Amino acid sequence: MIDDSKPIFMQIAELIENGIVDGSMAEESQVPSTNEFAAFHRINPATAAKGVNVLVDSGILYKRRGIGMFVATGARSQLVARRTEEFFEQYVKPLALEARKLGISAEQLNTMIERSSGLVPEPGTDKERSAAL
Amino acid sequence: MNDTIVEARNLIKHYKDLNALDNVNLSLSANRIYGLLGRNGAGKTTLMSVLTAQAFATSGEALVFGANAYENDAVLSRICFIRESQKYPDDFQPRHAFRSAALFYKNWDQGLADRLAADFQLPVKRRIKKLSRGQLSAVGVIIGLASRAELTFFDEPYLGLDAVARQLFYDRLVEDYAEHPRTIILSSHLIDEVANLLEHVVVIDRGRIIMDADAEEIRGSAVTVSGSAEKVDAFLAGRKILHRETLGSLASVTVDESLGSRERAEAQELGLELSPVSLQQLVVRKTMAGAGGAGHTAGTGDFSDDTLEARR
Repeated sequence: MIDDSKPIFMQIAELIENGIVDGSMAEESQVPSTNEFAAFHRINPATAAKGVNVLVDSGILYKRRGIGMFVATGARSQLVARRTEEFFEQYVKPLALEARKLGISAEQLNTMIERSSGLVPEPGTDKERSAAL
Repeated sequence: MNDTIVEARNLIKHYKDLNALDNVNLSLSANRIYGLLGRNGAGKTTLMSVLTAQAFATSGEALVFGANAYENDAVLSRICFIRESQKYPDDFQPRHAFRSAALFYKNWDQGLADRLAADFQLPVKRRIKKLSRGQLSAVGVIIGLASRAELTFFDEPYLGLDAVARQLFYDRLVEDYAEHPRTIILSSHLIDEVANLLEHVVVIDRGRIIMDADAEEIRGSAVTVSGSAEKVDAFLAGRKILHRETLGSLASVTVDESLGSRERAEAQELGLELSPVSLQQLVVRKTMAGAGGAGHTAGTGDFSDDTLEARR
């Protein structure tokens, strides 16, 4: 799950974000402790803590003293908004680039996107998920 | 949390005509897991021996917990050094070794030692002389973990341990470290196995420190670019090349720099492929570059030929 492409703390933050976006970590639910993250992913506890703190700083998670970390109310919509912005750079641009390389017209591309959305179960508001699939 | 507990200044250690340590400066902070990496004979064991007062430096100074460790019980009782081939008295059994360690280390946790002995399936009542290589390593690993010393050195503690036992060691290390933070220095050749455990990485090559950085900084500090040789070379012109491989008209080049998002986009438009470089690959590339192989990194190329000869 952890790879060499970017700092591990960012990967930990992304894993938690993914859980919040796909609903497996509900708002106001408790997230695992940094030591649990460290043991599970076999990483340095300080690194896990750094990843969690990134999310605390951006208001996605909050600390309840003596109890642990919780997902903030509104965290999901905040993440979805940010990821929708990133979606163009991360997915649409490379898609258009590769399409141009292969000589696929905009029209053909649109048809393909329509066909692919038929393959995916109704995605609701999370556009990035249907695009990722 | 960032108190310096080890401070080495201008450490030099000569063995006859060999510079085992060639002006090493290093400081280690409390409550971190360090990786001490490097090739065989690079000076890892010598450095740890000098820091733990098991060998004398030819010159320079090593302060541990603010004092010189030589014959200093107050300092030595806070240090645990697990050597690759630890010697025990002939008639010792593992339980005797544990009992001696319990007397010496004030944080010793007998319960942890017992659990680890069971995990590693160590026959605690067999004479240590009769143990297999892996079981001998397990004795060291157990002492190193259960001593909970504030400063613990593991010098390639895994000899003879199979993959399962090594994983057990890493898992128990992370678990116990999380509960009882302390400073751990892990010297290892199996870099890929330990990379994610490390908070800070020190790479030593022919007696010199060639890398001393946080593991998270190193991650992503180098990148491999591959594609048509012409395009790769044009794209990377003027950069610090660590390694270059070609196959026909294709080239795969590792540079000691990270690329910004604009450069990444540019590479993508040129049809070049970018791939991450693991810590292990990076250490291999850096030490090879320093040895006068591919590439020209600064800082390590000025070794005299006779030193190199002595190494071989």
